Amino acid sequence: MTSLDNLLLWFDLHNLQERYVSVLDNDQLEAWPDLFTKDGHYEIVPKENADADLPIGLIYCNSQSMMRDRILSTREANLYEPQTYRHMVSGLVITPIDKTTARMQSSYLVFRTNQEGDTAIYQAGKYEDLVVSTPDGWRYQSKRVIYDTLRVATLLAIPV
Amino acid sequence: MGHHDLSQTEIKASPLDIHFPDSDGSRIPYEVFSSQAVYEREQERIYRGSTWSFVALEAEIPHPGDFKSTYIGDTPVVVTRTPDGSLAAWVNRCSHRGAKLCVLPRGNATSHACLYHQWNFDSQGNLTGVPFRRGQKDMAGMPPEFDMKAHGLKKLRVDSYRGLIFASFSDTVATLPEYLGTEMRPWIDRIMHKPIVYLGCTRQYVNANWKLYFENVKDPYHASLLHLFHTTFNIMRVGMKARSIPDATHGLHSIITATRIEDDTSGAEYKAQDIRSMNEGFHLEDDSVLGYVYEFEEATTNHIQSIFPQLVLQQIHNSLVARQLLPKAPDKFELIFHFFGYADDTPELRELRIKQANLVGPAGYISMEDGYATELVQRGTLRESKSCSVLDMGLGKPDQQDTLITEGLIRRFWSEYQTLMAL
Repeated sequence: MTSLDNLLLWFDLHNLQERYVSVLDNDQLEAWPDLFTKDGHYEIVPKENADADLPIGLIYCNSQSMMRDRILSTREANLYEPQTYRHMVSGLVITPIDKTTARMQSSYLVFRTNQEGDTAIYQAGKYEDLVVSTPDGWRYQSKRVIYDTLRVATLLAIPV
Repeated sequence: MGHHDLSQTEIKASPLDIHFPDSDGSRIPYEVFSSQAVYEREQERIYRGSTWSFVALEAEIPHPGDFKSTYIGDTPVVVTRTPDGSLAAWVNRCSHRGAKLCVLPRGNATSHACLYHQWNFDSQGNLTGVPFRRGQKDMAGMPPEFDMKAHGLKKLRVDSYRGLIFASFSDTVATLPEYLGTEMRPWIDRIMHKPIVYLGCTRQYVNANWKLYFENVKDPYHASLLHLFHTTFNIMRVGMKARSIPDATHGLHSIITATRIEDDTSGAEYKAQDIRSMNEGFHLEDDSVLGYVYEFEEATTNHIQSIFPQLVLQQIHNSLVARQLLPKAPDKFELIFHFFGYADDTPELRELRIKQANLVGPAGYISMEDGYATELVQRGTLRESKSCSVLDMGLGKPDQQDTLITEGLIRRFWSEYQTLMAL
């Protein structure tokens, strides 16, 4: 790949990541599954399980349908205190596999603000992504959220 | 600092002036959820008293030398698999100067050395080495009468029932099978009837008293009302075949089950009573998360069994979990969900169990509200310590067990709690 190819790839994937953060942080949850392929995977697993090669996590979706179901339940069924996330993402490393596939890794920090206005660091961790180029643009084929903050404060209602 | 220390001492020394207006467990003064003095007494009389506390699954420490750091109440303990394959447990405090000995959450080691002065212990907790014990040149070392055998770690009684490991500080508590009791054992047997595989854990840290969660797992009344996922997607209603059974001797343990029946007409009741639960028009695009593979004699979809004081054994659909409930402060508890499957799971069934982890845990479709609800009670009662909760549901039929509309299990728990705590 030329430097220009690399620059364009970085630009596209950086955009995908910024869009991902924006929909979660600005209450556009219905747009979140659209950032994945139809058969995309999404999971949130604690670092202790990831390190021990154990499969269990907080959320596991193996299709866009399951992701839409999660959002439907978040909106219509589950009860939790109104809250806002703000993501800080850094350390983006992109490893191209071929012209239409790449791996991405980055660190994240999520601040959660409750309805009384207290802001706390809710979760620190990293993203391990497999992304693919589709006719609609780059999408997540899989996104694995590995969190360091093993003790989940009260509950997790919104994808990280 | 001096003033702070003094006030701490005063809190500890103050006698408990807590009044339960009724002995039937139907009125609970809210201060039991926030009092530091109650919390201190619980540590001594419950966790370090005549009880067995769940500490691990055998499947978490299958190999000789495997160990796991955990807690009984808020006392740090370590449970180990010894070289001969037996189990041991000890308080995680070096017998020399009191440092926390084992600093890793899990691992494998045949000996445990304290970081501070490298006193060394075997996996049973026996002292096996003291550096410079015999001194060096003309430096004296330990006194000649120093008895290595008398300076092991504080060892706990430990036993396993069907792969669930329990430990106890008490020399007088009944044997573990007796402690579990004749009502509870068959229900444990039901879940733990064949070899299991540990699939990992998730942890939830909640700003509420541990007893609010223990009430929650003895409270079938809330299930279809708080957890709207059940009724939104039509998977649980009060019209299901139900059991709410307490342990017969002390009432501290209990089992709740719900089994779907074909002619359940209770949906109309939710509508007639205008209960928030009944939402229509919602369905899951991919309802495989609610799949159910028949693997038990009775097609029970919910099995929630609390074993006092720190275990809740759970089967929800095909999701199998041992929840460990740990008090951290009067207004804090940690809940650790230990997920497992069976060793002979087909790949499809194992995948289903992993998928159904979506149902439970800190982000569980039908459990995320529990931590929030206990926090709401904690917040609501903060300055209302002399007021009482009202636990009258099903009071007219105290012996009825085939119902989900009851607070009877919670009342049984509180009656015995008063005795245990000398309140």
